[in-house]
Amino acid sequence: MSELELRQTTVVSAAEHEAARPARRLPRVGTLLAVAFTAFLAVAAFAPGLVETHPPNAISAAEAFQPPSPAHWFGTDESGRDLYSRVVAGTGTSLLIGVTATFIGLVLGAVLGVLASFGGRVADFGVSRLVEVLFAFPGLLLALLVIVVAGPGPVTATIAVGLSTAPGYARIIRGQLVAIRSAPFVESARVLGHAPRRILVRHILPNALVPLLVLATLGVGQAIVWASALSYLGLGAQPPAAEWGAMLAAGRTYLATAWWMTVFPGLMIVGTTVATTVLGRALTRRDREVR
Amino acid sequence: MTPGSPTESGRRRRSTARHAAVLLGGAVFVMWAVATLTFFAIRLIPGDPAQAILGGPGSQASQEALDLVREEYGLDQPLVVQYLAMLGRLLTGDLGSSYALRMPVAELLADQVGGTLLLAALSLALAWVLALGLSLWSTGRGRIAAAVGEGIELTAAALPHFWLAAVLIAVFATGLGWFPPVATGTPSGLVLPVVTLAVPLAGFLAQVMRESLLDALQQPFVVSAQARGESTAGIRLRHTIRHAALPGISLSGWALGWLLSGAVVVETIFAMPGLGRTLLQAVTLRDIPVVIGVVLFVALVYVVMTVITDLVARIADPRLRQEAAR
Amino acid sequence: MTSRSDATGADPVSDVPPLLDVAGLRVAFGGREVVHGVSLRIMPGECVAIVGESGSGKSVTARSLLGLAGRGSSTSVDRLEVLGRDLAGAGEREWRGVRGRSIGLILQDALVSLDPLRPVGREIEDALRIHERMAPAARRAHAVDLLDRVGMPDPAVAAGRRSGELSGGLRQRALIASALALDPPILIADEPTTALDVTVQARILGLLGEIRSRGTGILLISHDLAVVAGLADRILVMRDGQVVEEGPAGRVLRAPREADTRALIAAVPTDRPRGERLGISAPDAEPEAGAAGRVEASGPLGDATAVDAATPPVLRLDRLTKTFPVPGGRFAAVDDVSLDVRRGETLGLVGESGSGKTTVARLALALTAPDSGAVLLDGKPWSSAPERERRPMRRRIGAVYQDALSSFDPRWPVRGILDDAVRTVRPGAGRREREQRITALLDQVGLAASVAPRRPLTLSGGQRQRVAIARALAAAPDVLVCDEPVSALDVTIQAQILDLLDDLQRHDGLALLFISHDLGVIRHMSDRVAVMRAGRLVETGPAEDVFGSPRHPYTVQLVADAPRLAA
Repeated sequence: MSELELRQTTVVSAAEHEAARPARRLPRVGTLLAVAFTAFLAVAAFAPGLVETHPPNAISAAEAFQPPSPAHWFGTDESGRDLYSRVVAGTGTSLLIGVTATFIGLVLGAVLGVLASFGGRVADFGVSRLVEVLFAFPGLLLALLVIVVAGPGPVTATIAVGLSTAPGYARIIRGQLVAIRSAPFVESARVLGHAPRRILVRHILPNALVPLLVLATLGVGQAIVWASALSYLGLGAQPPAAEWGAMLAAGRTYLATAWWMTVFPGLMIVGTTVATTVLGRALTRRDREVR
Repeated sequence: MTPGSPTESGRRRRSTARHAAVLLGGAVFVMWAVATLTFFAIRLIPGDPAQAILGGPGSQASQEALDLVREEYGLDQPLVVQYLAMLGRLLTGDLGSSYALRMPVAELLADQVGGTLLLAALSLALAWVLALGLSLWSTGRGRIAAAVGEGIELTAAALPHFWLAAVLIAVFATGLGWFPPVATGTPSGLVLPVVTLAVPLAGFLAQVMRESLLDALQQPFVVSAQARGESTAGIRLRHTIRHAALPGISLSGWALGWLLSGAVVVETIFAMPGLGRTLLQAVTLRDIPVVIGVVLFVALVYVVMTVITDLVARIADPRLRQEAAR
Repeated sequence: MTSRSDATGADPVSDVPPLLDVAGLRVAFGGREVVHGVSLRIMPGECVAIVGESGSGKSVTARSLLGLAGRGSSTSVDRLEVLGRDLAGAGEREWRGVRGRSIGLILQDALVSLDPLRPVGREIEDALRIHERMAPAARRAHAVDLLDRVGMPDPAVAAGRRSGELSGGLRQRALIASALALDPPILIADEPTTALDVTVQARILGLLGEIRSRGTGILLISHDLAVVAGLADRILVMRDGQVVEEGPAGRVLRAPREADTRALIAAVPTDRPRGERLGISAPDAEPEAGAAGRVEASGPLGDATAVDAATPPVLRLDRLTKTFPVPGGRFAAVDDVSLDVRRGETLGLVGESGSGKTTVARLALALTAPDSGAVLLDGKPWSSAPERERRPMRRRIGAVYQDALSSFDPRWPVRGILDDAVRTVRPGAGRREREQRITALLDQVGLAASVAPRRPLTLSGGQRQRVAIARALAAAPDVLVCDEPVSALDVTIQAQILDLLDDLQRHDGLALLFISHDLGVIRHMSDRVAVMRAGRLVETGPAEDVFGSPRHPYTVQLVADAPRLAA
């Protein structure tokens, strides 16, 4: 089991329980909030200027350590920079790290998962053992090992998170492909005399796609948490950068006096993870209802 | 076949023994692979290990000193010899010496293990209690309780350790002053670190337990129990709680590994001595033998715990035994 | 099994007070009423049966007699007396005192109706613990005694087993023992034998008969009239939450007064000669079914198709053996099985669960390769041919499964499912032509064209099975392998599907390999029958001979145990 597998199985089973209940016309409040939050993140990432209230790097010694107020929603930091605008400015970097790490993990996991499920017994055995071995480096441990080898920094931290999530992806993808491949409807297609390639393209891949999307959604949330943990430990993005983890690390020194420097960047991380989970669940539920 | 024939119970015992043997074999394989992987991964590090031992590229170590270190650490031997020597040392429990601290890694770990394992065990226990309580409370009680339960689980599982620790310190240490902001070695110093590790884990466990509870509550055996005159509390106590606990048991191996990884962050923030902080320092200093030592130890704990939880789950759930026999 | 004359249909006029007396029972879920004023009474030593199809409200009725109608339900009664005690408006506390002590409940499958994580002995002890003050040791002894009474072999050991570790029949006995723990005067049995093999079913019904003869009143719920026929003194037929007919069992079965009862009786295939239609055209039976059974809709279907034994078989299974690895050796799922299926003929393959029937189906469809022996399709190698050569020939052999829903791609509507099949035969056909063919196929299986855009999940069980048949027919196959095609369906829907298969065979000269555990279905459908047990064929021959004068002891047993209407 990996954190990712846990997130995935709970999302799927929760969505199944929900889908089993009588359908409701209105989408759930939680889903709407998650969509709204994600939309805000997207704007903050691609057009931060639209939602920033101050220049994110404008230093003003007179305004240092201001608590949250109508002028500075999230307060200001030790250099008097507007924290809200900095959080917005950091969205792009944090999301980029999360998405890139997820992409790395997903691609590696997909390669391994496809190899295991279509490559015959030997490949399946080999991949499964490899995944088992990699699981013996729980949580951040594999990422830390990668950083020991490649040195700290935002790029290696991203790669490290991607690598350490890959075994989770591999096992989920393998499991899904194996389940779909032996599903009765795939057998029915064989009985009709369809060629393997057609069955793969028309039946197996489309049915594997939505779960994969859900997986990617959940993965981004997890990757952001892990990458910011590395930043916080000083192994990823470094403090002057407006990345959420690095901002938290910078706020650590002033925790006793300026709690807002820690609370708000962290809330963004929590919000992103919750939103991705809720979205993943809504996506799965939609998928079940379509079927 | 009669259910109680001695041959059948003998076969069951043998099947369990065989299963345990397979698990143990798998565990040994995983440990060997972890050691091998780590050994060769470390060789990928650019630069001269002897240089690293003598204080990194910045230090002006003399050629003689470098040669001496190479000989001392066996770095002048061919890679295969070094690898086999490493495996041989591992079998005797020798993890090498720390570059930075100049002391045997095994001794270093022995000093740190107790605190970390205590931290992890307490957190696991607290997470179990929180998760079981939350999932029992939030199921079969209508929509609002379910939504509240789901919300709490989701949020708890999304909390990063480093942030939760900071918030807890801000509120309960610097704010209210109930607990010390750094671990002092006293029981009250352990409270915040344990809560930090337990709450997100409880979020994960509660999600799994609640789904399993919901499944169990829909099973016909609940109706059978009700038809016997069993009360709602009796059904929870005697039936559904077991079903909720099962996935929790099988997840405990993962959970312990996850806690040990989380200890890196938590021990650093609360300035606690322990494996996690040792590992982080070693990573920052590139103290390779210590990194390898901690990684191997955590892997060992994880692998052993996985074997134990697998066996416990098989005892608790006869359905697993049958699946394996099929 | 107890034989019973019409006169014993216990007359409520006698002086003995009824064990259970209900009048005007209404149950609603969220404002929607599903049981509309049901009344019934049970006398000591009487078995009252409620028969109806799924959704008729029979289970809800039974459970509300225990105050267990379910979450979100509201129940009202004019009168509800259990053992003379008024329970109308009883609270949960009062109900708990009744459950288990006055009324016991047996549900369908003990695998899930007993807690799979607890030993069955504990489940039995629970009732004692709840209602009686008893030392743990005495409870344990009593539980073993109860298991012994329901005919559990080696009861002391069985008490320590969990439901999953016992066979289907034995765990059902354990479930019955748990319901009998306090000797309740009333026993409610909700489909107590539905998941069981016929021989096991016969024994469980026999056990219920014994319990009744000791004076216990039994309320038996079933969808299957034939199961009820051997045990019930009175029968209530339910439909849409109402009792449509009620009377002594013999009278209801022999001279049904209501159309719904007649349809239910007519749909039972047991003892109905091959070729006779089972479905009474009930216009509202399946509203969306369109032109139901329109192929040759009227009258008996004429003579059973005469199949010349000299015609070469379309499908030939020759000395097939298939084994699977198990701990400590290999298990022979199919052991030296030879079968022929000829054009226009139905070969019925009957056997209990685990007898290897489904493996035979998979071998015939070349979905799995035999260890030895061969399958020939039209005299040409089939099982031994490489898949690449087999593929173009696959259209000649179609398949219909028990679970139609899982055999459809969950993302596709009916149109897509059929289109996928049509393309295999007419790869070059244009969109219009394929669309016409799909409509024709739907029509052929009695479905309206309006079904085409719908997803299988939104269709009824019968409609799904029709779509599955249409898909199999798309390629105009010579052979159709039907693996338990009607086992998941209500008896009237089953009748429609069986009639449809019969029509199609007559029309197209299809050869059918028809696999079922249900002797009644097999007897009605088959020209020839093969009986399978533990991977081997024990008897093969014309249906008349196998059922009329079975030779193998196992077949004799099977035929004797099969429930039938005329007791």
